[in-house]
Amino acid sequence: MSEKEQAARAAAGTGQSGKSESGRPDMSVTIAGVTLKNPVMTASGTFGSGMEYSEFVDLNRLGAVVTKGVANVPWEGNPTPRVAEVYGGMLNAIGLQNPGIDVFIERDLAFLSQFDTKVIVNVCGHTEEEYLEVVERLWDQPADMLEINVSCPNVKQGAIQFGQDPKCLEDITAKIRRIAKQPVIMKLTPNVTDIAEMARAAEAGGADAVSLINTITGMKIDIEKRQFVLANKTGGLSGPAIRPVAVRMVWQAAQAVKIPIIGMGGIASAEDAVEFMLAGASAVAVGAMNFHDPYLTEKVIDGMEKYLVRHSIGAARELTGAVR
Amino acid sequence: MKKKTTMTVTDIRYLAEGICSMTLRYPEGEAPEEVKPGQFAGLYPNDADKLLPRPISICRWDPEKKELRFVFRVAGAGTASLAAQKAGDTVDMLGVLGNGYNTGRLAGKKVLLLGGGIGVPPMLELAAALSKEPGTEVTAVMGYRDSDMFLTEELGKYARLLVATEDGSAGTKGNVLDAVREHGVKAQAVCACGPMPMLRAVKRYAMEEEIPAYLSLEERMACGVGACLGCVTKTAKVDGHSHVRNARICTEGPVFGAEEVEIG
Repeated sequence: MSEKEQAARAAAGTGQSGKSESGRPDMSVTIAGVTLKNPVMTASGTFGSGMEYSEFVDLNRLGAVVTKGVANVPWEGNPTPRVAEVYGGMLNAIGLQNPGIDVFIERDLAFLSQFDTKVIVNVCGHTEEEYLEVVERLWDQPADMLEINVSCPNVKQGAIQFGQDPKCLEDITAKIRRIAKQPVIMKLTPNVTDIAEMARAAEAGGADAVSLINTITGMKIDIEKRQFVLANKTGGLSGPAIRPVAVRMVWQAAQAVKIPIIGMGGIASAEDAVEFMLAGASAVAVGAMNFHDPYLTEKVIDGMEKYLVRHSIGAARELTGAVR
Repeated sequence: MKKKTTMTVTDIRYLAEGICSMTLRYPEGEAPEEVKPGQFAGLYPNDADKLLPRPISICRWDPEKKELRFVFRVAGAGTASLAAQKAGDTVDMLGVLGNGYNTGRLAGKKVLLLGGGIGVPPMLELAAALSKEPGTEVTAVMGYRDSDMFLTEELGKYARLLVATEDGSAGTKGNVLDAVREHGVKAQAVCACGPMPMLRAVKRYAMEEEIPAYLSLEERMACGVGACLGCVTKTAKVDGHSHVRNARICTEGPVFGAEEVEIG
């Protein structure tokens, strides 16, 4: 971690005021040396590469767009049905369908670079070599940070195994960190016994930040047809149903590591986003609830600013870890 | 332009057992300029625990009153909650979505419309649109479980109507293709919406007849706008957007040329 990051993180807990000249709260946050205009991002896989939601949301307003996972080559993903609604959330088993890094760079990154927002590219792979190939291809591309998906529950072989064993996680983090040109965020899976141990492993491997939580593995059975609803049988649970678990894990990770944390899991309002910040997140991501309300990201930004005003807090970063 | 809009229910009633008709009016100035037959919208149940919009095809569009009519089967708690709304209530809607039928391609032809079960409703808007195209002869063959049918009277206004019922209580006993064969209907193009076994049979029928078929597909959806990749169909060729052999039903579809999709 750089001195700048340490300073930013230290500032978060000290109540240092960052109120801007206009008297409005300072919404900016700095993660691994990258300053975001506000702490609100999109969660990978719920926002495509921003193109589809640009009809609803002004992408220039977002702290960052986190893109859907991209691999070295196109992936077909899983058979359908890939999604199912459950109480207070949804299950998905998309299987990381993506067009591959070449198309992603030519089309999606080119599209996103027109906007005044930070771009965080989510990287996926089956093997170490596949991750490294994508990271290398992004060397000279307009990506501000990389988020490494070592936690997808829906892809057979690889992927989640990297994220469920602390030694493997530390190892792949170190290998990626060594060759990456951008700050590296490791995205952690909640499907582990001890999230603090996993956060520490990512930090030990040199991660610049961690993001959590990815989805919780779940299942739904159609009792009339007596069959699994998802073709993949299991899928990742997201949405408000998982929020208390996510808040708890962000808090636990925040107690365990010094690197910044990006918190996510069922954020449906500005109040939810504030909760994640208070638990220890330096930034947050809006995920499945984009499907419920395509305008949600902007509402969360506006609502968080109102919360800061209401509580006379000068800067969004002061929220980070304020509840201990 | 897609948007989420709070619509007002102007009419709601059951047409048959478990089949609800709901008409929604746009607020002043919010209506889209164009609605194509075969497009759909995402209707949000008024239930805090249900997050996802229900993809429901457009049955009628009234550009004067700015009203969209939906006819849907009450299949679970979400659609039951929609069906429980009253006139004057509001329903949030994401729309309008999907590509719809290319009526220009069908104009001036003998067109066969096939609807099975809850695949019937979008055929009404399509029949109405085609009835305005000069020289277009439309035969609508609709399939139901039994004589508890719906939308037949309205379809009859815009097309020559034939029906098939599984139990034989009305029209031809059997499915829509049984009715087509029984009546010796000949067409230059076919449009179909219905359950997957019916769509597979329609694809085979169109190949035998050597006529183009346009199929409206259905899949469990999440975002409805092409971001989540939940609702894909297998395609014959590599899709231009996904760069794999998958196309998004909500965005590239729901209407596909039969030869474009691999539906088994």
